[in-house]
Amino acid sequence: MLSWIDAILQGTLLGGLYALFAAGLSLMFGIMRLVNLAHGDLIIFAAFIILFIMDSLGLNVFFATAVALPIMFTVGYLLQKQLLNQTLGKDILPPLLVTFGISIIIQNGLLETFTADSQRLQAFGIETISFPIGGGIAIGLLPAMTFATAVLAIVGLNWMMYRTEVGRAFRATSDDPSTAQLMGIDNNRVFAIATGISFVVITISALYFGNRAQFDPTIGAFRLLYAFEAVIIGGLGSLWGTLAGGIILGVAQTIGAKVNPEWQILSGHIVFLIVLVLRPRGLFPRAVD
Amino acid sequence: MSDGVLPPTTYTVKTRTKLSTATLVIGAGVVLLLVAAPAFVSRSAIQDLFFVLTMLALAQYWNLLAGYAGLVSVGQQAFVGIGGYTMFAAAIFFGLDPIVGILLAGIFAMILAVPTAFVIFRLRGAYFAIGTWVAAEVFRLAFAHWRALGGGTGTSLPRTATKGIWGQDFIKDLFGVKTSAARDIEAYWIALFIAVGTIVLIYFLLRSRQGLALSAIRDAEPAAASLGVKNFWTKFWVFIVAAFGTGMTGAVIYFQKARISPDAGFSVIDWTAFVVFIVVIGGIGTIEGPIIGVIIFFILQNYLADFGTWYLMLLGAIATVVMLASPQGVWGWVVQKYDLQLFPVRRRLVVEEDEKKAPEPAE
Repeated sequence: MLSWIDAILQGTLLGGLYALFAAGLSLMFGIMRLVNLAHGDLIIFAAFIILFIMDSLGLNVFFATAVALPIMFTVGYLLQKQLLNQTLGKDILPPLLVTFGISIIIQNGLLETFTADSQRLQAFGIETISFPIGGGIAIGLLPAMTFATAVLAIVGLNWMMYRTEVGRAFRATSDDPSTAQLMGIDNNRVFAIATGISFVVITISALYFGNRAQFDPTIGAFRLLYAFEAVIIGGLGSLWGTLAGGIILGVAQTIGAKVNPEWQILSGHIVFLIVLVLRPRGLFPRAVD
Repeated sequence: MSDGVLPPTTYTVKTRTKLSTATLVIGAGVVLLLVAAPAFVSRSAIQDLFFVLTMLALAQYWNLLAGYAGLVSVGQQAFVGIGGYTMFAAAIFFGLDPIVGILLAGIFAMILAVPTAFVIFRLRGAYFAIGTWVAAEVFRLAFAHWRALGGGTGTSLPRTATKGIWGQDFIKDLFGVKTSAARDIEAYWIALFIAVGTIVLIYFLLRSRQGLALSAIRDAEPAAASLGVKNFWTKFWVFIVAAFGTGMTGAVIYFQKARISPDAGFSVIDWTAFVVFIVVIGGIGTIEGPIIGVIIFFILQNYLADFGTWYLMLLGAIATVVMLASPQGVWGWVVQKYDLQLFPVRRRLVVEEDEKKAPEPAE
């Protein structure tokens, strides 16, 4: 019995990571209706950037992430401004295919630069710290930090969307791009900022992901699928729903892994498909589409 | 102007043009030449042609989905893998001839496509794309867990299924070749049959009532629905037909390779990324596009595949640039410039007396 509680607890904490993956994806979709097929590869890309900064500047993982954040914001800003803005329009094909192309470029560029070796972001030994909470169950410090960061990120993103000027611009362009433009909003710049912020979230998720598990350039696609599943389970347009979606996915995976270690990934996918059949708009839908 | 002033004219509706008749004649010639190819080209050339034909068939089906039905799928590798595994399972468990297995593969892919469609059709537009990818992953993991088919490491076609196949002795006698070369030739002929059959099938599908409905959905989904087009069912049937064709193509690909594994059979790069590249470069939403795209792809592959990761980065970059600069691809550009239609599906109004005065073609 206790081991099941443990599985649910660890799955919930894992769900925090999936919610972080999903928040970046959902932000870009929510504001500019752009589904970024390169999202997973960008998480891996960010993890390699952090690793590179750690190695070249001799910083620990948290300071290296702090250095990576503005870099990734700029990368996202420029990518949106120079490339992705040109793909936006009525047709869904151009953004999908361009981000699919970017995903292949990133994956192979990383293979060329960093080889196919597995890497890990070491955090000066705090990975091993954990707090026993009785009954043989313990909570690791880093999984707890991941979950807390996910909650903070969602609080922060919600505050930004509903309490700040840039958030107002985000909501306005999302609702009606042409009217927003008439009111003096520069849509292209707003979209570029949104992607920049999404890349900041991607970098934060890369920090915890790279610390939790080994990564190599080829595993990006799976992160995209987890992020996507968390968004759909939670319901489009709701950041708190995304957290719930991430937790459901995480718990499904840890319980699946408990029954049979080989079933971890498959059981997550199956729970996603069940939700899709029973509640096609997700559990906590907010947006109309 | 009153009616009496104009001389009586008769109008007819035509789809055929002089160029399309020429295409038919030349196309038939090319097909005959390809059928006879094993007699006068080397075995490696047959293998190259086999690769081109199978990629062409996959590209035509992806184009049917994305270019006509608006179903942008990045999960077509699901049906390649299912097709390949079905043919292997038929040979391993039931000792069935792979030729029968290839047909079964199409049918089984079609059967699995039905529940898949009902689940992922709940997702719209771009989310549909990722949904197809999840579905492909589910199938990959399911086959990776199937121990009798080799689990994660995959399996080979048993000896009984690579020797003594229906028609193999005939090919051996005809060309005086060994068993393995005969299998290549047989796979090549099947691939040729599938590729040509696919083009004919899609051409007539697009000219039918269903095709008209598809074009309407492609151009304006709500308008099509308001005119009585059953959007869901039209898309559903296209998805099922594409699964059938993709499954059969997958089976013949792995009949030729004689070895399958989950990672190879369900590879998103091999069976979707390359296929998307072919269609986008050649011209999406046309039958001619994938034919041109596969030729360009083959040339690039031949000269650059040795560069590995750089080659893939280049393909990604070319597809991105084409999508931004000329989203209609090479064939779209040709159509714009010269108004050519090798496979015309549009109906034109033609005035009987003087064909030169025919009004502008209407959709």
